[in-house]
Amino acid sequence: MINWANFVSQAFNGLVLGALLALISSGLTIIYGTLGVLNLAHGAMFMLGGYAGYVAYNYTGSFIVAVAVGALFVMLVGVVMERVIIRHFYSRPPEDQLLVTFGISICMVEIVRFFFGSLSQTVPAPAVFSGITSLGFMFYPTYRLALVGIIAIALLVLFLVLYRTRIGMIVRAGIEDSLMVDSLGINVYRIFMLVFGIGAMAAGFAGIVNAPVVSITPDMGESILVQTFVVVVIGGVGSFPGAVIGGLIAGEIISLTSMVNPGYAYVMLFAAMTVVLVLRPYGLLGTQGRE
Amino acid sequence: MTDRKSSISSSLSRRALLRSAAVTGAGIGAMSISSISGFEFVSRVAAAENPPIGTWPEGSKGSTIYVSISVPRTGAYAVQGEDELKGWELAIEHINEGHELLRKISPKTKKGVLGKQIKAVVTDSGAKPNQAVQAHQRAITENKAVMLTGSTSSAVAVAANKLAQREHVLYLAGISGSNDTTGKDCVRYGFRQNFYGETAANAIGPVLVKQFGKNKKMAFMTPDYTYGHTVTKSVNDYLTKNAGWTQVTNQVSPLGAPDFSSYLLNIANSGAEVLINVNWGRDAVLSIQQAQKFGILDKMKLVVPYQIPFLAREVGNGLLAGVYAATDYWWTLEDKYPLAKMFNEAFVKKYGYHPEWGAENAYISFAHWARMVEEAGTFYPPAVIKTYEKGETIPSLVGDVKYRPEDHQCVRPVFIVKGKAPKEMKNKEDFWEVVETIPGEGLMQKPDAFGCKLGDYT
Repeated sequence: MINWANFVSQAFNGLVLGALLALISSGLTIIYGTLGVLNLAHGAMFMLGGYAGYVAYNYTGSFIVAVAVGALFVMLVGVVMERVIIRHFYSRPPEDQLLVTFGISICMVEIVRFFFGSLSQTVPAPAVFSGITSLGFMFYPTYRLALVGIIAIALLVLFLVLYRTRIGMIVRAGIEDSLMVDSLGINVYRIFMLVFGIGAMAAGFAGIVNAPVVSITPDMGESILVQTFVVVVIGGVGSFPGAVIGGLIAGEIISLTSMVNPGYAYVMLFAAMTVVLVLRPYGLLGTQGRE
Repeated sequence: MTDRKSSISSSLSRRALLRSAAVTGAGIGAMSISSISGFEFVSRVAAAENPPIGTWPEGSKGSTIYVSISVPRTGAYAVQGEDELKGWELAIEHINEGHELLRKISPKTKKGVLGKQIKAVVTDSGAKPNQAVQAHQRAITENKAVMLTGSTSSAVAVAANKLAQREHVLYLAGISGSNDTTGKDCVRYGFRQNFYGETAANAIGPVLVKQFGKNKKMAFMTPDYTYGHTVTKSVNDYLTKNAGWTQVTNQVSPLGAPDFSSYLLNIANSGAEVLINVNWGRDAVLSIQQAQKFGILDKMKLVVPYQIPFLAREVGNGLLAGVYAATDYWWTLEDKYPLAKMFNEAFVKKYGYHPEWGAENAYISFAHWARMVEEAGTFYPPAVIKTYEKGETIPSLVGDVKYRPEDHQCVRPVFIVKGKAPKEMKNKEDFWEVVETIPGEGLMQKPDAFGCKLGDYT
């Protein structure tokens, strides 16, 4: 289906898909960059955000409350998880960290399944963003358009926190060299807790703002987690701008490939990751030697 | 004289002795036969005649037999998997207690199968072939399972078919819509009760032509595995050959895709008049909901050729009003079929909702298996297979059916349903109206048309 109208449509759609991937991936990458923990529960946190928001929406009928609850609840879960479990694994081998976060993810999914079942649940888009908008070259769901703006604001806030605040400076320093930060007398473990909470919140926020686009189900985090890892690898581990760039690239690859041959959309995503790994193993904006 | 007498006497006594010995022997034999069950007698005869095969006779020696059920309880097909599981659980309960409904399908059933209680080994396949095969293999090794079942994906059914043939343990397909399951990937040890791509296409095709006319442009959404490809091909072939429809795009997506927007944009730009969505499970729910958000359902008619349990209630908002689908079963068929009514009542009583077609397929395929084993009088797999292969007409929840000996596919009716608008629904589960019942015979391809070669018995 290659024609000019479809190309523009798909390129635009890739931007929307990419924005979502960028937001989720930024949470994953700052956690890994700072703490060195590859959080396999990140997809489950994305899902938790959706369900927490869904519950809040059912009680209040307010989408804004749902978004706030979704993000804050997952941040709280992240902080508790870091204090109770993850901190004991900082000095453990990476495979232990993978196993424990994978185990936590299974628990989260099954707990949600126990209470809500496997049937998908829907959170409607706010009335102001419902319906379809004509962009001239195509019709596009209004909420998806709004989502680009919502995510752009969220990424901007995250950028300001990381690059314009003292805490952000410490976090970035921690990403580069946590041992040095510790030796400067900064309580690096408190920062770790905060970073984990912020990273989790990014996933939770993405989960609830994405809920009107895709119905929520207990295992919705699984497939998104895989894509998120691809984004982080492409963008560069630990790099916030890398996650944003990687997300947008991934979104465009999926969308534009599907225009040519939909069966190869995800194949091309992994092919792109492979190419990046071969040519630039630390990712597009990653730094060589960063752990 | 004395010698002669003595000789006669001794000869008489020898004759008497032989006679009495024969009578006594026969008596003891008769006593020993009457003291064992008919099943054990047939089993001993079978065991004497046949070497062990698969899990036979080990798996059926005790008072309990195990069946392996590997069904998706997670992933994109989890909702449908749970419904299937309920169907199997109810069937096991009915077989074990000799329920009235079960005895209408398997008249020789008393309690259990050949007097043995069934226990299920239930595992989560996640709709992944390797996961399902590993689970079945474990049940064969550890529990000596006498029968395998479960699939909500034809990729799983095809893999389980191959395992069943290799291990010589019967496999009853769960939900499996691919032509290949009883086509090129058929096996001697595999049986399928439910409808599939070719029968769905031949059943719904005439309805679509009647409703929408000839020479239409159609777009397909196809999940990227055997089910999707074969169903799309069958539906496409029917509509292009018989009504001059043209396929303008086929959007192939991986199972469990998180977002369908890029596929839907291609469809929106394709100029199609009819959208034929072959996606299944959560993929179908998501793709239909998203199609509505892209305004596609306002521009083109939606068709679901292979109906999905819970689709209407999950999609919501009356999006399926007026949508045609082919299906194995819908609960309102109880008005026409007494056994369906009995099944619905038992199911609703136990689970609190009306069964979807996954549960119906699960229940009836177990009931048919119980019947075949009872008829064979043994669990010896080749004997059970040959009983299926007699091709006798047997009852089902939707009238009489039979299994084709050439490919082990059940010849059964396919139903065309049409989605109801919310205002037409008489109760909260009244999502579909059954508009046509099409007998199975005329819907099926010739047994060898899809390359079925069943393989050996032993």
